[in-house]
Amino acid sequence: MITAGVDVGAKYVKTVLLEDAKNILVKANGIVEFDVLKSATEVFEKALDSNGLKRDQIAQVVATGMGRKTIHMKPPINAGEIVPEVIADAKGAYHLIPTVKTVIDVGAEEGRGIKMGENGKVRDFVINERCAAGAGTFIETMARALEVGVEDMGPLALKSTNAIPMNAQCCVFAESEVVTLIHSKTSKEDISKAIHDAMAGRIASMVLRVGVEKDVALIGGVAQNPGFLPPLKKELNTEILVPKHPQYVGALGAALLALKTEAK
Amino acid sequence: MTQNKEYPTELLKIWNEGKQLREKYYEDYLTAHERGGLRWAGGAWSFSAIPAGLGDDVYCITGEPHGATIAFFKDFTAKCHEATEAAGFPRTLCAYMRNYWGSILLDKYILADGTVIDGHPAPDFIWQDHICCSHGKWYQVARWLEERKGKKVPMYCVDVSVGYPMDEPLEEYKINYIFQQLNDGIEWLEKVTGKGYDDKLLCEAVWNEINATRLWADICTLNQAVPAPLDEKSMYSLYVMGTLMKHRPECVAFYKKLKAEVEDRVRRGIAAVTNERFRVITDTQPPWGFLRIFREMEKYGVVSLGSLYTYGLIGMWKYRLDGTWAPKDLPPRKPQTREEALRMIVQWTVDRPEWAHFYLPEAKTKMILSIVKQWKVDAVLLHYNRGCEGLSVHIAENRHGLVEAGVPVFPFEGNMGDEREFDLQGTLARLTTFFESMGLKKLRE
Repeated sequence: MITAGVDVGAKYVKTVLLEDAKNILVKANGIVEFDVLKSATEVFEKALDSNGLKRDQIAQVVATGMGRKTIHMKPPINAGEIVPEVIADAKGAYHLIPTVKTVIDVGAEEGRGIKMGENGKVRDFVINERCAAGAGTFIETMARALEVGVEDMGPLALKSTNAIPMNAQCCVFAESEVVTLIHSKTSKEDISKAIHDAMAGRIASMVLRVGVEKDVALIGGVAQNPGFLPPLKKELNTEILVPKHPQYVGALGAALLALKTEAK
Repeated sequence: MTQNKEYPTELLKIWNEGKQLREKYYEDYLTAHERGGLRWAGGAWSFSAIPAGLGDDVYCITGEPHGATIAFFKDFTAKCHEATEAAGFPRTLCAYMRNYWGSILLDKYILADGTVIDGHPAPDFIWQDHICCSHGKWYQVARWLEERKGKKVPMYCVDVSVGYPMDEPLEEYKINYIFQQLNDGIEWLEKVTGKGYDDKLLCEAVWNEINATRLWADICTLNQAVPAPLDEKSMYSLYVMGTLMKHRPECVAFYKKLKAEVEDRVRRGIAAVTNERFRVITDTQPPWGFLRIFREMEKYGVVSLGSLYTYGLIGMWKYRLDGTWAPKDLPPRKPQTREEALRMIVQWTVDRPEWAHFYLPEAKTKMILSIVKQWKVDAVLLHYNRGCEGLSVHIAENRHGLVEAGVPVFPFEGNMGDEREFDLQGTLARLTTFFESMGLKKLRE
């Protein structure tokens, strides 16, 4: 049986097709544009086409992510169920790392900390409030200020050994600090490290509200950024596991939950 | 978690009577002078039974409930906030207080139905108590603002910072400290109003207050029933009588009728939320402009039974020897003299549950845990209320205490009276996640 999980995030749509609860047939993603349903459909159909599948061969589709309602019961995807990101994240992370007790998901717009209960269930969670300073958009905004690509931010940060304090409570204030640093001739490496350190500090303080227990997993698009993991480890004073393709964990969780809903 | 079934439900018969009482209250204050009466201002926790000795024609505007009424009408609130910020006050201060000051600055007065009237009716005197920092400053500034408009308003404040009697009764000298201030306050009231003082009216008012606040606790206790006969959103419109006029006979009469009706609902199994299957409580004041969050909860079969705030802001409670939290026992008889009345109201008031956390955050946690157990609560929603430093103080510690006790907790940030600090869509999205993580699904759109 093939199920699908579609994670309609703030910036990207991610899709996972799963066969018999274990074989990931395909992963696909694409940018979310103004027409969210169209963007999600394109990614979903790309995933189907790459395996020569049709929609009616998918037993169940579960949607997650902030745009999940856009594809709920709406053709051509017709997601039969929608689940919040926290539940899909927990399911996917537990599937990949059964010993996981704390999941940290940092996406484009939100950061989340999840305390895991038994069997991949959510015991407690926390989500950043209101400001993008604790999410991937923060790094993108700062990359624009530094005039570098977002993919260069992590490698740049790793080249710096200096610690420069920076405000990460507000994205707008942080950007003005970056501009000040640029004018004071601080190197891009040091500024990039300051940005990652500040963001790690903000995420860590949020996650500590629900408590950090090993094993700790980092998922979401920002988990691919090599400059973010070292300061987060330092802030939380713990090892952090990053699964392969961390940006697909929510979609994988949704595909796993689709099995459960199909069985009803 | 209760079973997934449908309970019968019906509207409260007493609802309109409560609405009329609230509307009349603010109109009475507005028109007091036309009827030869006096107006006074003070908080919901002030010893309102004391000015009652001046006569039946003395009317109060109670600051916090009026601030909440303003908050409900968001357009007017925004104007109040603009006015206070333009006057140099920061937006981090108590939101009720800013609403109240804004109303004076705008020289406008809002009635309970949202009608805005030109001219803010200044009080003839201020009678307040000090329990939190904002209460301490509120009327000092209100007085300055009135003075700038040409009216000097005399003010008397009672300091009640004597601690909380959680396990042991308060020492006599602490009771005397408050008693003496009230006793002196009566002389002050006579002096500034030029009216005589009637101890019989005082004794009546004290007895009314004690009975009203006990009756409200009785009513809240009835919500232990499954299904709950009352939901918190409705309770907000009912508890407010105890904040506005706890010393008045109308309040006692209203709560007696309400108690009888709620008892009848319990007997007949009438639910506030027809599909009740998950019971929550909240904490502190809600974001008043966004009470629809309670209706959203109902779509999941969630009923909010109340909170330590709704139960204990006005209701009076004590721990029994068996460890249960229950309505406080009434004194054996009505007071007969001024001294007896003043001592009785002080002894009664220092047990107010919502004063406990100013001294002992663990006392608040203990009381919330008692509600969780006795009211059969499945989860607690904690409002990190940026609009009220008083009731939000230590709230993160309370969260820790609840989590350690194994109670699921959903904290959310907001503001009771300033809509700029509440993210409705974000809060609803997180609330949905919380309910779904509890195994609930939406039952209807």
